[in-house]
Amino acid sequence: MSEEAQFDAIIIGGGPAGAACAYTLAKAGKEVLVIERADTPGAKNVTGGRLYTYALEILEEGLSQEAALERKVTHEQIMMLSGDRSISVDYHNPAFNTAGQPPMSYTVLRAVFDEWLAGKAEEMGAMLVCGIMVDDLIEQDGKIVGVLAGEDEMYADIVIAADGVNSFMAQKAGLIADIKQETVGVGVKEVIELPADTIQQRFNIKEGEGAARMLLGCTEGIHGGGFLYTNKDSISLGAVFMPEGLADKKKSVHEMFQELKMHPSIYPLIEGGETVEYAAHLVSEAGFRGIPQKLYRDGFLMIGDAAGFVINTGYSIRGIDLAILSGIAAARAVIGAENAAAAGARYVTELENIKLLPIMKAVDGYFDLLETPFIYDKVPNLAIDVFDSLFTVHGDVPEKMSKNIMKLIKTNGLSIWQFIKLGIKGVRSI
Amino acid sequence: MSIEKMEAAELLSKNKFNVDEEIAHIEIDKTICAQCREKPCLYVCPVVLYKLDKNGDISFDYAGCLECGTCRVVCHDIGSKGIVKWVYPRGTFGVNFRYG
Ligand SMILES: Cc1cc2nc3c(=O)[nH]c(=O)nc-3n(C[C@H](O)[C@H](O)[C@H](O)COP(=O)(O)OP(=O)(O)OC[C@H]3O[C@@H](n4cnc5c(N)ncnc54)[C@H](O)[C@@H]3O)c2cc1C
Ligand code: SF4
Ligand code: SF4
Repeated sequence: MSEEAQFDAIIIGGGPAGAACAYTLAKAGKEVLVIERADTPGAKNVTGGRLYTYALEILEEGLSQEAALERKVTHEQIMMLSGDRSISVDYHNPAFNTAGQPPMSYTVLRAVFDEWLAGKAEEMGAMLVCGIMVDDLIEQDGKIVGVLAGEDEMYADIVIAADGVNSFMAQKAGLIADIKQETVGVGVKEVIELPADTIQQRFNIKEGEGAARMLLGCTEGIHGGGFLYTNKDSISLGAVFMPEGLADKKKSVHEMFQELKMHPSIYPLIEGGETVEYAAHLVSEAGFRGIPQKLYRDGFLMIGDAAGFVINTGYSIRGIDLAILSGIAAARAVIGAENAAAAGARYVTELENIKLLPIMKAVDGYFDLLETPFIYDKVPNLAIDVFDSLFTVHGDVPEKMSKNIMKLIKTNGLSIWQFIKLGIKGVRSI
Repeated sequence: MSIEKMEAAELLSKNKFNVDEEIAHIEIDKTICAQCREKPCLYVCPVVLYKLDKNGDISFDYAGCLECGTCRVVCHDIGSKGIVKWVYPRGTFGVNFRYG
């Protein structure tokens, strides 16, 4: 620690990125301070959501088994909606939950989980202060040396921004510009309380088991989609929309989401439940190409959502696991580097070592695929029309299926050519 | 209780807030808003805090804000943004998610 510094590291934000970083640093004997603006860690944070356990296991073996989580995900579901109709796919693979191994993923509520994880970092010796908002960074001779919160100045060898998707700290450090609307989605969600038995019956799952469902075709053609996760005694139902599309459609997020709740295929799942919370949050949609060119400068690193570490493939969203991985990578860099100035470059190496950057790079092409406007309305509608013609029986002589499908492609305003192009794009990009 | 469509105000009543009565964390400049044609803030705010009053002017109240930041992101750059201030509420103030 340099003379002026009171801490080896100050971490701004007590979400999963900040807590994982603090945990790893404190475990190595570093003096670390986490500053969180909420009363308790997690009270400002929102997710879908589910957590993939491998990240917690990298943080500390066995940690996922004591974590404050909801239900292990045993059923992966996709639902396509169009008008009143729907198609559901339910994928079940027992190997995702093999006895003796941590289940692959759990559903999660962030106010509960984040508080637990930050508590773990405290147990390791990290200092956590809540209810304090960091207003600015302190810079000396081109180096970030501390933070300013109200009247208080605090100094450290390194400052780590874990302040989430609206990272004002990374902006103040000059590493990113303000967010562009085409790179984010706005997520809204209701937590709806229901008895555990009712949830188990409705989703055909056992005690402790859960479902994760992605919803497609519920955004009126706007780039986005819905999600539904079963918690122990509640359901998280939500949707994400690209804000750009909303203004063009002149329909509000609130209105569209309330309509989704009442959809004949969604309503029976939540019927009789009680909404106990309504939350909203931005989520980065840009993936690998959205990662800032520089993730550090002298005395400063950025991790988690602040650094754009989110993957959205359309059938799953990953951000919490990547936040944890990047927190660990940053801590390893700080621990391993000879001095704060060397930590930055080492951080990028550690992000490679922990496979975060390679994972994100590998799925970068989804961004192009998800840019295809007609996958948000015309494709789900066509799929549902095809199912409709399969299941409709009324005594008439049915049309030849191939002819019928061609007709349906046309009535949906699509062409075979578009499908070929989508196919080529799909093969190229994913 | 049963599930039904809810107005934003009713949804907000489910949340826990500690509203900062002294300092507004978001401020708009109505003269700039008056020149904004699309007014995307009307559609993107999950709790519909941006409204048109009877004169067609934007009205806004920061109480009830979920701190998502979407309004700031879409606010049209017509030389300058109508949202002239957008910061998080001071420590401990604002929304307190109990589930998240
Ligand atoms: C609708 C939605 C659905 C999602 N679904 C999933 C999912 O199912 N699975 C998944 O893995 N990911 C999902 N994600 C992404 C995931 O939630 C994020 O990637 C993850 O929360 C990032 O963690 P973080 O620690 O980087 O940031 P955050 O969790 O945002 O934490 C940032 C912290 O910093 C604090 N803070 C901010 N500014 C300051 C300041 N100036 N001073 C002090 N404290 C400050 C905040 O209060 C907060 O606690 C979803 C996101 C959304 C919005
Ligand atoms: S988008 Fe910005 S400038 Fe336009 S009306 Fe809304 S707040 Fe005002
Ligand atoms: S930050 Fe979000 S909730 Fe708050 S006013 Fe802006 S859009 Fe509405």
